[in-house]
Amino acid sequence: MKSHASLAEQFNRDENRVDWHNETLWFVREKRDRQSHQVSDWEKLREVASKIKLNVLSNLDIYLMEFEKNALTNGIKVHWAKDAEEHNKIVLSILQDHQVKFMVKSKSMLTEECHLNDYLEKNGVEVTDTDLGERIVQLAKETPSHIVLPCIHKKKEEIGEIFHQYLNTPKGLSDPQMLTEIARQDLRKKFLQSQAALTGINFAVAETGEFVVCTNEGNADMGAHLAKVHIACMGLEKIIPKREHLGVFLRLLARSGTGQPITTYSSHFRKPRAGQEMHIVIVDNGRSEQLSKEKFRNSLKCIRCGACFNTCPVYRRSGGHSYHTAVAGPIGSILNPIRNIAAYKDLPFASTLCGSCTHVCPVQIDLHQQLYELRQEIIASGMGEPVKSFSMKILARSLSHVKKYEKLRRTMKFGYRYAPFLLKNNANPWYKHREMPEMPKESFKEWYQKNIGDGK
Amino acid sequence: MKVGLFIPCYIDLLYPQVGIAAYTLLKKLDVNVVYPMGQTCCGQPMANSGYGHLTCETNKNFIQQFKDFEAIVAPSGSCVLHIKEHLKGENGREEDKAVHIQENIYELTEFLTDVLKIDDLKASFPHKVGFHQSCHGQRGLHLSGMSELTAAYFSKPEQLLQQVEGIELIQLDKQDECCGFGGTFCITEEAVSSKMGKDRLTDHIKNGAEYITACDMSCLMHLEGIANREKRGVKIIHIAEILNAENLNR
Repeated sequence: MKSHASLAEQFNRDENRVDWHNETLWFVREKRDRQSHQVSDWEKLREVASKIKLNVLSNLDIYLMEFEKNALTNGIKVHWAKDAEEHNKIVLSILQDHQVKFMVKSKSMLTEECHLNDYLEKNGVEVTDTDLGERIVQLAKETPSHIVLPCIHKKKEEIGEIFHQYLNTPKGLSDPQMLTEIARQDLRKKFLQSQAALTGINFAVAETGEFVVCTNEGNADMGAHLAKVHIACMGLEKIIPKREHLGVFLRLLARSGTGQPITTYSSHFRKPRAGQEMHIVIVDNGRSEQLSKEKFRNSLKCIRCGACFNTCPVYRRSGGHSYHTAVAGPIGSILNPIRNIAAYKDLPFASTLCGSCTHVCPVQIDLHQQLYELRQEIIASGMGEPVKSFSMKILARSLSHVKKYEKLRRTMKFGYRYAPFLLKNNANPWYKHREMPEMPKESFKEWYQKNIGDGK
Repeated sequence: MKVGLFIPCYIDLLYPQVGIAAYTLLKKLDVNVVYPMGQTCCGQPMANSGYGHLTCETNKNFIQQFKDFEAIVAPSGSCVLHIKEHLKGENGREEDKAVHIQENIYELTEFLTDVLKIDDLKASFPHKVGFHQSCHGQRGLHLSGMSELTAAYFSKPEQLLQQVEGIELIQLDKQDECCGFGGTFCITEEAVSSKMGKDRLTDHIKNGAEYITACDMSCLMHLEGIANREKRGVKIIHIAEILNAENLNR
């Protein structure tokens, strides 16, 4: 697996694309700013949301059981999955019980996390993603590069090319409205053909056993209202205690993610309609273990709005795929290594720790602090690059005492004078795009000693 | 008040003029300031790279050097933030001293506005200047408000720059975007890092900056390296140097 740094380096070879990607996401971030300023007490709202989520995390078992009880009373079938594999098996078995061959799915990052599509395709079920962006990446045989804007990395011309290849549109067509209409007609057939619909869950309300799905295209509704079987999958942290709390989260979610006051559709599902079966799969997949890690528990508050992606100067310039995982960006750089430290040990380092993510987060996750802590954990578990670990040890030793520090200064000065080629060559990553700073005649300390004295 | 001047290692070694400006400025403002000779580094380069466990010795040295001062001042937001958040003392007594240091360490502009409450700085710098908000100072030390929040904007460094005669502060398109330095990030992720620096420079230059300034020389070192490589013709200067720039006519 290539690291974030090398994938980002590849992405940066096309500077125009980087600029375009950067500006597109910054546009969304600015929309978010305008929307957040229109809500009086936005910061207070963030604080309330954060506290509700902390309450949920402290009483997760109670709320989950309350939710299950109420959902069962409503006639929904509830399943529990300890990991991705079990989740996939449960979904497949429901589909097999109903001899389902075609299923439509509204965007769900949980099923991306579990690689459900691949699993179902291998087991003879055709899955169609119905969120437009997700449908485009599905046709392109890619994964989403953003949790809210899955196809944000593709230009309209490239989408036209994909549609030409898979949907028989005329070559060179890149008008967004026409492309959308063509996708819509094609998806309509899929909706009518499908025997089951899968949706994600944005918020599951413990007190009522209902759940809310937020989309901008109404695709979750189209799927769920047509199919005989509705399967909804959720990570176990998606629970909120009461219906009234929706007022807090629905106001924060879309404003933070896309700069809309609210998603176009916030669909409430409470019980199956006559003749329909409704299933909920509640998935752990490492979450309860994460809950046990006090330093990182906070990140389970995440409502998947994507605001930290849009504000992150590194994400905007490296693209989602450089994070080589379903959930990219700052929050992905926390959630993934917590679950699998070896596979994602590069991600916490894909940040300048600028802290913008922390302050944009609608539920006040201390993202940059967690990235810092994760770095410590990764190095402590012996996963540091040997060269880096070696140079850090040398550096730490040289800086430990003033005499060693003086030696470091003399070595630097000597190097600058007699071996500048060691510094000024392309093996030095600093020098690739940057000149070296000049070495001054005397250090501050030497100046001070000469002009002020030794401080005694 | 006895003030200890902390000059971060890279400023000591590569940018002595920044230390000199900070020292001279404090002296001019009648501060009883001393530079402890045994100081080295705050330990941030190791800690931010995940090697926090290698900072025991730098912590020990830092506490030794600065424990007896009523206040500690440094011309570097990120080093001050590191001390505030991560300085650790080993036994009980050292812990108390570490806490004392953490409670009394200030970034230079913060010290000037919050402790000395300077409102008439006798400085002059008749140039168009772009102010780069270094993230650690801005978001970590709250030297200024940030565009993510809906709260009213304020800026301690800009409050001082406004007092400088003849200065013209330019407006940026992205007011508080990170420059991409990020400590070892500038090495391990050099592609993204240098692109971020390039974009930051472009924002300043296209809005007419002759000089770019900041409270952190590390961000400026990164921007200077790219500006020099690309011959962008914008000059880099630390805020201490501007605040210390004399008005010859006064």
